[in-house]
Amino acid sequence: MKTIKVLIVTIMCILLVSSPEIMAQTEKKPVSKGKTSHSETTKPKTSSQTVASDLKGAKEGIWGEWMKPVGKLEFYTLPYPYDALEPAIDKMTVEIHYERHHRGYFDKMQKAVSGTDAAEKNLLEIFSNMDKFPDAVRNNSGGFFNHALYWDNLTPKKQEPSRQMIELIEKSFGNYDSFVKKFDEAAANRFGSGWAWLAVDIKSGELFITSTANQDNPLMSIAERRGIPLLALDVWEHAYYLKYQNKRTDYINSFWSVVNWPVVEARYNQFKSIMEKVK
Amino acid sequence: MKFEFPELPYAYDALEPHIDKQTMELHYTKHHKGYFDKFTAAIQGTELESKSLEEIFSNISKAPAAVRNNGGGYYNHSLFWKVLSPNGGGDPTGPIAEAINTQFNSFAEFQKKFDEAAANRFGSGWAWLCVKKDNSLSICSSPNQDNPLMDVHDCQGQPILGLDVWEHAYYLKYQNRRPEYISAFWKLVNWDQVNENYKNARR
Ligand SMILES: [Fe+2]
Ligand SMILES: [Fe+2]
Repeated sequence: MKTIKVLIVTIMCILLVSSPEIMAQTEKKPVSKGKTSHSETTKPKTSSQTVASDLKGAKEGIWGEWMKPVGKLEFYTLPYPYDALEPAIDKMTVEIHYERHHRGYFDKMQKAVSGTDAAEKNLLEIFSNMDKFPDAVRNNSGGFFNHALYWDNLTPKKQEPSRQMIELIEKSFGNYDSFVKKFDEAAANRFGSGWAWLAVDIKSGELFITSTANQDNPLMSIAERRGIPLLALDVWEHAYYLKYQNKRTDYINSFWSVVNWPVVEARYNQFKSIMEKVK
Repeated sequence: MKFEFPELPYAYDALEPHIDKQTMELHYTKHHKGYFDKFTAAIQGTELESKSLEEIFSNISKAPAAVRNNGGGYYNHSLFWKVLSPNGGGDPTGPIAEAINTQFNSFAEFQKKFDEAAANRFGSGWAWLCVKKDNSLSICSSPNQDNPLMDVHDCQGQPILGLDVWEHAYYLKYQNRRPEYISAFWKLVNWDQVNENYKNARR
């Protein structure tokens, strides 16, 4: 069972590395002048892609970055100003969270992999074999990657899930409200520091909700339930303490007002197109 | 056993400027009280109600997570408030000073080791100075609200000094700068209380 999952993730790594066009299919790059992509002009745009294309937060960012060797990665660029998520997430929190915490993970990740085999591997390869790397690699590569997902799946523009997304959610959770309830519980019940996730099961294609401790994530071989992350919520106290203090549930409720649904959907579509290639 | 929520032995602003008033108030009235309430709710109507915390911790691997997390949170914070004092800080005194010097060569070396344990605890948790079964001292850290009295912990002992390194313990004042909070902690350590704990822990 476990070997099959590892195998599939490995296949995905290989596919993603060798087929940049797969990436291009589901990512909306900001329209660049003087350069038209064939696939972009011929492929009908879904409404969510249209929304995504004018959202800086929906740029492919981390998805392309995944495939580079960790030693060659650059620090993530925050796609909006520090105050963009007000009032849900305050300016000071975003600034410290991004400039200190996130950057700290990136710097420490580089320090941890420097001069080791890990520097030559991409994040997916590292996550798929997490138990073979030291804690410093696990904590800091997780910290770097998870925060990039988090910033990307937040947006100052109020977004609604698309019809496709709603249908997917209904298929896995019955209805939208019970999905939110389950996610909220996962986020609230994670004791100590960690993350809540909406992810997609690699084998069944079903969506599921899980939480991880500290900077672990569902891609890691050591995760309780493995899958491709679609939506990430940081529930470390540093993510909300300045504004919400001990009231984590208030932070979780506010989170829903800044979720970048087109990004969540783009992640799902990317997963789907990879799996079609694998078949 | 009748469990009681302990009184804070000083005012919320007593540990200023090292620990700010707002942090103190939230930490005691919300976090600590929350653990206490959830702990008593978790054991209500169970056989654990008649046991002491020490007994519960020594068998914590068989208890539900709610008992472990909230019982730990209740006990750890109760100990933490007592080892801090507005008149604390400085070099250790009495028997604990001797024991530290004997085992760690100097207070400075001891502090360095303790600081490392506190700084390197990834995520939420605690740093501890414990008395082991053979009466020797040991420094360690534990995740979340675990502590060295719990049978799940790889460094067993009787904690006599504890430092909370959850972000809620320092974030309002120090944000990501945990090492500054750790330095400030040394200006508050109530060595009289640590000596008292040390005396009680030795057998
Ligand atoms: Fe964070
Ligand atoms: Fe605490």
